[in-house]
Amino acid sequence: MAAARADQSRLTNVDTLEQIKDRITHVLPGARLEIVANESPSAQRSLLVDNEHAVAIATFLRDDAELQLDYCSNATGVDWPEAVVKTKIKKMVVTDGVEKEVEETLETLRSGYLESVYHLYSMAKKHGPVILRLRTENRVDKNHLPSLTPVWRSCEYQEREIFDLFGIVFDGHPDLRRILMWDGFADFPMRKDYVDPDDFEYEPTPHDDVLERAKSHYPPEVKA
Amino acid sequence: MDEGLKNELSKQGVFTVTMQDVYNWGRKNSVWPLNFGLACCAIEMIAASMARYDLARFGAEVFRPSPRQADLMIVAGTVTKKMLPQVVRLYNQMPEPKYVIAMGACAISGGPFKQGYNVLKGVDRFIPVDVHIPGCPPRPEALIHAFLTLQEKIDRQTVSGPNQARNFNADLPSEFPIPQFGEHDLVPPYNPSVWQPPAPTKAA
Repeated sequence: MAAARADQSRLTNVDTLEQIKDRITHVLPGARLEIVANESPSAQRSLLVDNEHAVAIATFLRDDAELQLDYCSNATGVDWPEAVVKTKIKKMVVTDGVEKEVEETLETLRSGYLESVYHLYSMAKKHGPVILRLRTENRVDKNHLPSLTPVWRSCEYQEREIFDLFGIVFDGHPDLRRILMWDGFADFPMRKDYVDPDDFEYEPTPHDDVLERAKSHYPPEVKA
Repeated sequence: MDEGLKNELSKQGVFTVTMQDVYNWGRKNSVWPLNFGLACCAIEMIAASMARYDLARFGAEVFRPSPRQADLMIVAGTVTKKMLPQVVRLYNQMPEPKYVIAMGACAISGGPFKQGYNVLKGVDRFIPVDVHIPGCPPRPEALIHAFLTLQEKIDRQTVSGPNQARNFNADLPSEFPIPQFGEHDLVPPYNPSVWQPPAPTKAA
């Protein structure tokens, strides 16, 4: 059991994520890669890939004899709106001649962006997942990413769904249309700042956000 | 005909019946549902029509694949906003007299998807519903109960008078406008002639 656990902690039979990264930089020297840490219990780290080399990297991962990541099981989107990120750093400060360790909180404004995430497995080698991330520059106009559908055909509908719900435009996608919502729909429902149409009606037990909405629909005397 | 006279005659061995009774008896025992389902409720609807529950016992054995041959629309499942125009269109194509059973939590109110952006919060916002069945999904017994309720409703309808069947009243619409896809929602979000937001009730 312990051996099996140890096996699972590795990403593939052959390589760790660092080794995969090194192999990609060896084959594609210009590629800018970054390993994104994951603090959750699953600790599944992912590889942030730059947009120019994404298709080349994906093709390499699929065709490499050792990796053979021939199956993209899941493609999804993530919305990262603008946010203030708080990071705590420890600093040595000399006060009254005594050196003290002081914790400082740094607040930095992170600009918003959209991500698409791909989970790759190998059917041939029975290993995985390797997780790829692609980032857009921002959430408004520079929301284009290269499509990986030419590499993994299974991405086609999932990238359409990301386009539909997050508004990421995939360049090179063979058939990029909305898939769940209708063509004239203007919003992107999975974005954090989406406001759904207020077609509220009677709720038997309103609470929290629902209660706030309910109040706006009912005359003042019923509000309490 | 007077009920007392009818009773008296039957004691003498004379059975009297009105045209209306025959008409209702015929209609209620040959309600043909439209063969269409939208989600998991449709599986229960299929189960209700198969041998174990056998909806045919009540005269609804022929699920018609065309709305032009159907009397009853069983809205079995989640009605998404994208699907709704087709549902209304199917309803419009059914000939009078026609009835609607809204089956399951989604069809009657949006169900677990009520707070969502893409599911219609009850099909009764656009077409008139005769019987609502709660449940997620309702069991075939519940559908049979709804069907019997509909049969009672048909039986109470009259050719003329206050409880007149709606198909005899030419002023009542038989077709309902099909909403358009808007940029954020269906346009209009509900048909005000069919459904109005419920009036607020005083909290006890």
